[in-house]
This record gives sequence, structure tokens and C-alpha cells, in this order.
Amino acid sequence: MRTKTIATLSAAALAVVTLGACSSPGAAEATCTNEIVKPDATQVSVWAWYPAFEDVVDAFNNSHDDVQICWTNAGQGNDEYTKFSTSIESGSGAPDVIMLEAEVLSSFSIRKALVDLSEFGAADVKDDYTEGAWKDVSSGDAVYAIPVDGGPMGMLYRKDLLDKYGIEPPTTWDEFAVAAQKLKDAGAPGVLANFPPNGRAFTQALFAQAGSQPFVYDSAKPQELGIDVNDEGSKKVLSYWEDLASKDLVAVDEAFTADYNTKLVDGTYAIYVAAAWGPGYLQGLEGTQEGAEWRAAPVPQWDTASPTQINWGGSTFAVTEQAKDKEAAATVAKEVFGTEEAWKIGIEKAALFPLWRPILESDYFRDLEYPFFGGQQINNDVFLDAAAGYKGFTFSPFQNYAYDQLQQQVTAVVVDGSTTSDKALDDLQAALEKYATDQSFTLLD
Amino acid sequence: MTTHVIEAVDAPRRTRRSGIERRQQVGWLFITPFLIVFAVFLVFPLGYAFTMSLSSSTLAGGTQFVGADNYVKAFTDPLFLGGIRRVALFAIIMIPTQLGIAMLAALVIDSLSTWVSKLSRLLMFAPYAIPVVIGALMWSFLYSPRFGPAATLFDLVGLQTPNFLAAGSIFGSLVNVVTWQWSGYYMIVIYASLRAIDPAIYEAARIDGAGGLQIATRIKLPMISSSMVMVITFALIGTLQFFTEPTVLRSIASGSLPPEYTPNMYAYALAFSYSQFNYAATIAFSLGILVFIGSFGFLFLTRKQSGLK
Repeated sequence: MRTKTIATLSAAALAVVTLGACSSPGAAEATCTNEIVKPDATQVSVWAWYPAFEDVVDAFNNSHDDVQICWTNAGQGNDEYTKFSTSIESGSGAPDVIMLEAEVLSSFSIRKALVDLSEFGAADVKDDYTEGAWKDVSSGDAVYAIPVDGGPMGMLYRKDLLDKYGIEPPTTWDEFAVAAQKLKDAGAPGVLANFPPNGRAFTQALFAQAGSQPFVYDSAKPQELGIDVNDEGSKKVLSYWEDLASKDLVAVDEAFTADYNTKLVDGTYAIYVAAAWGPGYLQGLEGTQEGAEWRAAPVPQWDTASPTQINWGGSTFAVTEQAKDKEAAATVAKEVFGTEEAWKIGIEKAALFPLWRPILESDYFRDLEYPFFGGQQINNDVFLDAAAGYKGFTFSPFQNYAYDQLQQQVTAVVVDGSTTSDKALDDLQAALEKYATDQSFTLLD
Repeated sequence: MTTHVIEAVDAPRRTRRSGIERRQQVGWLFITPFLIVFAVFLVFPLGYAFTMSLSSSTLAGGTQFVGADNYVKAFTDPLFLGGIRRVALFAIIMIPTQLGIAMLAALVIDSLSTWVSKLSRLLMFAPYAIPVVIGALMWSFLYSPRFGPAATLFDLVGLQTPNFLAAGSIFGSLVNVVTWQWSGYYMIVIYASLRAIDPAIYEAARIDGAGGLQIATRIKLPMISSSMVMVITFALIGTLQFFTEPTVLRSIASGSLPPEYTPNMYAYALAFSYSQFNYAATIAFSLGILVFIGSFGFLFLTRKQSGLK
């Protein structure tokens, strides 16, 4: 009897031990993608998806004795945000420093996930950035991130295609529409441009050019939110594209799909209205048409008398509330892209557009010639002016939802034709107001 | 006096019970490993999710206990109800299609006895061996207007190529992906139960003058009804939880597939895109309840066929 009990006990114990071994408690320390040069220094974990970022990290680690970066690529855009969001909810697992696009900063600051860097010397580096770039990372007096790269917008076009059909690069949206018609009348196999229904930030930037200021939000008063997405400017822009799409003068293909990528470079679209990271994106695509000649020009304007510059995308480094050593984390956020060495890697290997003024305003960056653009100095010709003219933007604290709703309305207008641009934006306003109320916001007039 | 009698009666029973108890304790020991895993990975998460579903958390207002309010909201939420209606429609169209194909193929393969049977069995089963995500990704390229073979095929016969990813046709495209992936699996299940039928019964039927078609419809089908019930139950649960294929196709057709396309996608979007974890838990639980009612109801209705009664 006794032996039997012991045997049973040990069998059960063995089973428990074996199972326990499978689940292996005490997960190992997060492993870094890069090598830590100085193992005794404070380590700061960083999530980022920049191309060629390992070189930038190495440069930082080699030049810092007290702080070392431990870098992980946790996915691009929403893939990373999903992980970050989950770790905020669970209270652990977030990195110390995280790469975030400017447009999602409010969505995370309202969840108290980001450290206000004004307490950690953000003011010291404020002058290194343009006013517009700094506004994108601040909310009232608080500073939630340090700007890294931007997306001032321009117009990339196929010189060979426009020349073939005798079209001058359009400087206004009226000329743009005329050019689209001319291209179609000439029987060109492609169209002038694409208006992606899932443009989201792209669409919002075009709206902003006509005066749209969709949100009023200050993290000091996190319960108050102003929403104005059905303004005259936005309606004008959407109805402009609705008109072009209904006449088949522009394509309405979804962006960032394999089909779209091919069409970008095979001559289907003669013009790519793009951000400063667009040239890098184009060069990374395969199947470029032979004889393609790309050039860059300023983005078309509604009113050439008072040109308005716009921005699409751009990213920042924020310090999370879960950071163990916030001081060290803030140092990383401020300094990782705060040297010429880092920026030469960023510009030449990752095709980033710098917001750090020492390099942004340098002769090196201005005079840089791009072989892809036939040696054109695209920064000097287009993007530096666009960056200088950008005044900053306020996003909502639920930007992902706002974009999803915008995308559904734009799809209904330009793809399905099931609604008109005016009604779509009125519906969008109602939907966002309802959501904001559900989320306990007080609506500002 | 009375007390003594009671004690006398009770005494042996107590010892017997304690003997059973001891044996039961040993039994519990043996299933402890399972119980731990069961509790940690099933009971605890379920309880946690249920607790979450009873609170409401808003961006500007913080978290507060709201009881069943979230459930009232869920069952009046047009996005959730729309998703439920959509998966119900999927179930009505998709399950009979898959089952029809699976059954037909199983009956044909069962009546063949050559290498053709073995080969077609393998070929039909092959799609199931492909991971769902890979299968959906592959179809996303086949549906692509630019890379897909459709343009070439339709050009050959002089027709205009349909857009498989447009809002009006995405439903059919999804039905096609799922049918392609799962019919083979269901066919194998049905085929296996067909093989389990005693061939003597066919012989008897043939002596009674039954032809091939009659044997199939009068003997084979009634005799495999229990595995048919199982297959339909699987298909029903899978369809109500529809998630992977539309999520993968969303990367190339996000206009036709809104984030709330199916209830599971809605729960995912709520939790991970809109950080409404509490309401997402409610949606997930509500879906779980509906799946339970749906599959339980189906099993109850078919209790005669399945032999569960």
C-alpha cells in the first residue's frame, strides 16, 4: 500500500515537472538584435523599424559609455502598435524607447503610456527642430516624443511619360485635372495618378492643404476634443477626386498592395503624389519600366498665391512609462538621431528625410544629387521648401478609428459611388462625434 | 440505546466511504497535470475575460464596473449584429457547398478501387495540409487583377475580367477559399466512415437488386449520418468564428473588408486597433455564447442521426 502511494506520488510529481519544463518559466531577458559594446552600461531597449537602423545603433553605442541601446524590430506601423498597446494593457513588456509615427502619439499619451519629456530636458533639443516638427510631438506644454524623420510632400512624376503626351508637370490642382483629361484623350494606357481609397494619412494631408483642421486636442485637458471633419476644404478636396475618379481620369487602387507597387513603377501612374520618403519607397520596388525617368516637383496647389505645404507620415522616438531608467531612455530618444554620422546613414541607406536641423539645413543635404531622379537635387528643388512651410498638425486620441472610418467613407465615394463626398464627410463627422461621446469625451464647438 | 444502533449501522459504511475517498484522491493526483494546464490555459483566461467584459473602459473616462451593460450594448450594436448576420449567411452558403463537394467526392472515390482513387484522395486532401494563412495569401495573389491568371483566362474567351476583390464579389471569393481548403478534409472524414461500413451489406443490397446510385443514397448516406453531423458541427463552429481568411485578404482589399466584417475580426479590431479591451472581451464572449447555442442546437436537432441520443 505504502509503496503504491509513493509510486503514484512520484509519477504525478514527474508529470508535473515534465510539464513545467515545457512551459519554461522566467522568460529570458529580451535579446538584442545588435551587439552591446559596453556590457556594464545601462541598457535601454528600443523598438524601431527604420531600414539600416543597426548601423545607427552601433554608432550610438560606440560613442556612449554610460548608455547602450538594445534594439529590436517589433514590426512596422500597426504591427508594432498592436504589441505596444497590448503591453500597455498588461502593464509589462513595453520597451523603454519606442518608434512611433507622430499621428499616434495622442492615442498613446491619453492612455498614460508615454513620458512627458519636458521633464527630461526636451527643451534642450527643441531648437534642433522646425516649429512644425516640434508641434507634431507636443500637446500644449507637454512633449511626448523627439522628432526623427518627416514626410513633407511633393510630386514625383515620370518625365518621359509626360513629355510623350506633351503635358507640363501641373503646379495647381486645376492643371492636374486638365492634364489627367489630356492623358486620357491621348489614349494613354495608364492614368495620370492614383487616389488610394485607403490613403488615410495621405487623404488627410490633401484635406489639410485646403484648410482642414480636423481635431482640437490638448493632453492637458484630455477629456475635451474638438472634431471638424466635414469642413468646406475637405469637402472640396474629396469632391475633386470623386469627380476625377467618376470620369476614370485617375485610378482608385488600394495603396501598399502588390498590384499597387507594380503600377507605381510600370508606368500605369504617370504621377505619384508622395512624401519625402516616397523616393526611397519607389527605389525599393521591383519591375521598374525601362527608360523610366523620374523627376520631383512641388505638390500642386489650390491657390498659388498662398501655397500650403503638407506632410504625410514621419516618425518620432518616445519614452514609455514602463521605462526603468527614464533619464537614460530620454537620452537615447534625444541623441540616437542627433549626430551627423547617424543622419548620413539615415539619409543614404534608409532614405529618411531628417527633421534634425543641423543636417536638414546643411549644404550636404541641400546639394545631394539623386541618381534615381537623373541627378536632380530633389531636396533643394522640392522637399526643403515643403518641410520649411509645414506648420504642424493635431491628431485625435483615437486616430486609428478615425482613419478606419475615413477610409470606409472614401471607399464608398470613389470606389462604390454609393454616396457623395458631402454626405460621406457629414456621416464621418456624425460617426466620430458619436464615438467620442461613447469614449466619454466632451465635444468642443 | 438508539445511538448505539445508529453507530453500529454507520461504522462499516464510514470505512468503506473513506476507502473510496482515498482511491479518489489518488485519481485526482493522476489528473493534476491536466487540471493545472486546464486551469491555467482555459479556466483562468475565460474567467479573466468574463470579468473584463463586465467593466467598461473609455479613453477619456477610465475603467468602471458596468455589469451586463456591455452585453446589452453588444446585442444592440449594428456592427456586431451585422457581423453575425454575415457569418450566418456564410454558414448557409458555405457549409452545404463544402459538404456537397466532400460527399460527392467521397462517394465517387469509395466506389473506385484503382490507383485513381488513391491519387485523387491525396490531391483533394492536399489543400488542407497547407496552413490557412498561406492558403489565403496564395489566393490573394490568384485574385489579384494584375498577377492572377484570371485576366489571361477571361481574355481568351473574350469576356471582361471580374474583380474578385470588389465589395460585391468578395463574399463569393471567400466562400471559394474556404471551400477549397476544407472540402478535402471533410471528404477524408466521410470517406473513412464509408470504409467502415461492412461490405456484406452492399452484397445483400445488390442481391436485392439495388444499383450503384441506390446503394449510395439508400445505404451509404444513412449509415454515415453520424460522421456527417460531426463534420457539419465542425464547419458550423469554424464558420461562426470566421477570421483568418478575411483578415489575410484585408491586406489587399481593405475597402471591401471593413474591420468589423466578422464578429471575431470586430473583437480583434476593438482590442488591438481601438484599445477597447473590455468591450472586445464582451464581443468575444457574446460570440462564444452564440457559437455554443448554435452548435448545441444543431446537435440537439440531429441527435437521432448522430447517435447521441
